[in-house]
Amino acid sequence: MTDTPRLSSHGAPGTTGFSQEPAIRVMNLTKEYPGGIRALEGISFDVPKGELTSVIGPSGCGKTTSLKIIAGLVEATSGEVVVNGTQVRGPGPERAFVFQEFALMPWATVLRNVAFGLELRGFGRKERESIAHEYIAKMNLTGFEDAYPHQLSGGMRQRVGLARAMAVDADILLMDEPFASVDEQIRRKFQEDLLRLLSEEKKSVLFVTHSIEEAVYVSDQIVILTRGPAQVSNVVRPGIDRTGDPQNIRRSSAYLDCVESIWVELRNYLEE
Amino acid sequence: MAVRTQSQHGRIRTSSWLLRGASILLVFGLWEWAGTIPVSIAFPRFTDTMSAFVEMLADGTFASAYAETIGPLLVGILLTAVGGLVAGLVMGLSPRAEWLGLPLIIVLQASPSAAIVPLITFLYGIGFAAKVFAVVLLSAPVIVLNSYRGITNTPKSLLEMSDAFLAKRWQRIWKIVLPAGSGLIFAGLRLGLAQGFTGAVLAELLITPTGVGDLITFYRAGADYPYMFAAIFSIILFASVSLTLLQRLEQRIFRPEMRPV
Repeated sequence: MTDTPRLSSHGAPGTTGFSQEPAIRVMNLTKEYPGGIRALEGISFDVPKGELTSVIGPSGCGKTTSLKIIAGLVEATSGEVVVNGTQVRGPGPERAFVFQEFALMPWATVLRNVAFGLELRGFGRKERESIAHEYIAKMNLTGFEDAYPHQLSGGMRQRVGLARAMAVDADILLMDEPFASVDEQIRRKFQEDLLRLLSEEKKSVLFVTHSIEEAVYVSDQIVILTRGPAQVSNVVRPGIDRTGDPQNIRRSSAYLDCVESIWVELRNYLEE
Repeated sequence: MAVRTQSQHGRIRTSSWLLRGASILLVFGLWEWAGTIPVSIAFPRFTDTMSAFVEMLADGTFASAYAETIGPLLVGILLTAVGGLVAGLVMGLSPRAEWLGLPLIIVLQASPSAAIVPLITFLYGIGFAAKVFAVVLLSAPVIVLNSYRGITNTPKSLLEMSDAFLAKRWQRIWKIVLPAGSGLIFAGLRLGLAQGFTGAVLAELLITPTGVGDLITFYRAGADYPYMFAAIFSIILFASVSLTLLQRLEQRIFRPEMRPV
C-alpha cells in the first residue's frame, strides 16, 4: 500500500499543488503567556487537504503550543485559525488529537480507551465497540482489547492513542510528537504504518516533530519554525517518491538532500 | 507484556494468604500469652474473649447493640460522603470556593474533635441527631480534604484529552475527574468511616449510653472484662470488614485495573 495519491506535486516550495481551500489555515498567530513570555510571533501557514504537513523547529520554539491552539485547547493571543472554512473557537469534531504522552485512562481497557471519543459523543455501546474493534485490528492490537494501559509497552500505548483518534473519524489529525516516547526501531515501523493508514483513510494531518528524518520521511510539506518566539522560517515540500521499499526511500538522494538542507537551515537557529 | 502466568499468580496468592494467616496467629498468640501472665487483671485471655464473643453473638447482644449504633453511623457517613464530595468538587473546581472553604476544613481537622463531642449535647440533646452530629464532626475533615485533593490532582493531560474529544462538563467530572481522584477520595471515605465509627462509639460512651458504646461501659462497670474486650474486638472486626467492602466498591466502580486477578 505505498502507491498513494497524497504524493506531493513538484511545485515550488510553499505552493500546495491543490486549488481547493486548505484543511487548516493559520493566520498571523501570536501567543503571549502571562508574564510576557512570547511563544509565537505571527505564524502563518496552510495545511492542504489530504496531505501530511509537519512542523519542525528547535526545541521549546512553540511547536506544541501552535498545535494546541489549532486544536482549540489553548487560546491564541491574536491571529486566527480557520478549519474547513470556519474559524476555530475551541475543540471540534472535525479534529482529533494524538498526544505525546498518550493520555490514556489507566482505569480503562484498550477497548474503552479506543472507543472513548465515541462514548463522549453519545454512541451506544455496541456501535462504538464495533468501530473500536475495527481500529484495534488496523493498529495490530487485536488480542489486547481487555488489557489495561499499564500492561502495554510504550509503542502499543501510542497505537491505542492513534486508534482512539482515528475512531472518531475526524477529517483532521493533529499529532503532537506522537513517536517521541517510543523507541527507535518501533518508531520507524510506526512511521510506515502511519503512511499506510493515511493512504487508506484520506485524512489531513498536522504533525509536530523534532526529528528532521521523521519529518522528511512522512511529510508532503514541512513548516520550519525559528527559535522562540517562533516565526515561520520556511515551508518545504520534500517531493519524495514513496513508491517502493521504505529502505530505499531512506537511502534515496532526494530524501538525504532534503534532510541535509533542513538541517543546515535549523542549525542557524541553534548557533545564534 | 508484564502479565504474570496463571501459576505464578497462584503461588503469589497462596503465599500472601499464608503470610496473612501467620500474622493474625502471631497477634492472637501474643494476646493469649499476655492474658495468661497476666499483664493486668483487666486484660483477659484471647480464648476467654472469644468465648464471650461467641456467646454475645449467639444471644443477640451484638445484634441489638449494632442495630442501635449503625443507624446514626450510616446516616452520618452518608451525609458526610455526599456533602464532602460536593464540597470537594466545588473547592476543586472553583478557586473562590477553595479560598473560602479550605482554611475552615484545615482548622476543623486540626481541632480535637473528640473533646467537642460532649458539647454536642447542648446543641442536639442526647438523641439520634446528637450521634449523627458526632459522626459528621469526626469524619468530615478527612473526607472533604481527601475529596478536594483527589479532584484537584487530575492529570492535566487527561483533562486536555477529554477537552480534545469534546467531553461535556458532567462527562469530564464523571468519566475523568472522579476516576482519576478515586484513590484519594476512597482513601478519605475509608478513613472517614473509621473516624465516624469512633464518633458514634464516643457519642455512646459520653452522651447516651446505648448501642456498642454502652456494651463497653456496661461490662466495664461489672468488671466482665472478657465481654468488654469482646465488644471492642467486635468493633475492630466490623470496621475492618466495612473498610474492605468499601475498597471493593471503589475497584468495582472506578478502578477495575486495580482489582486483584
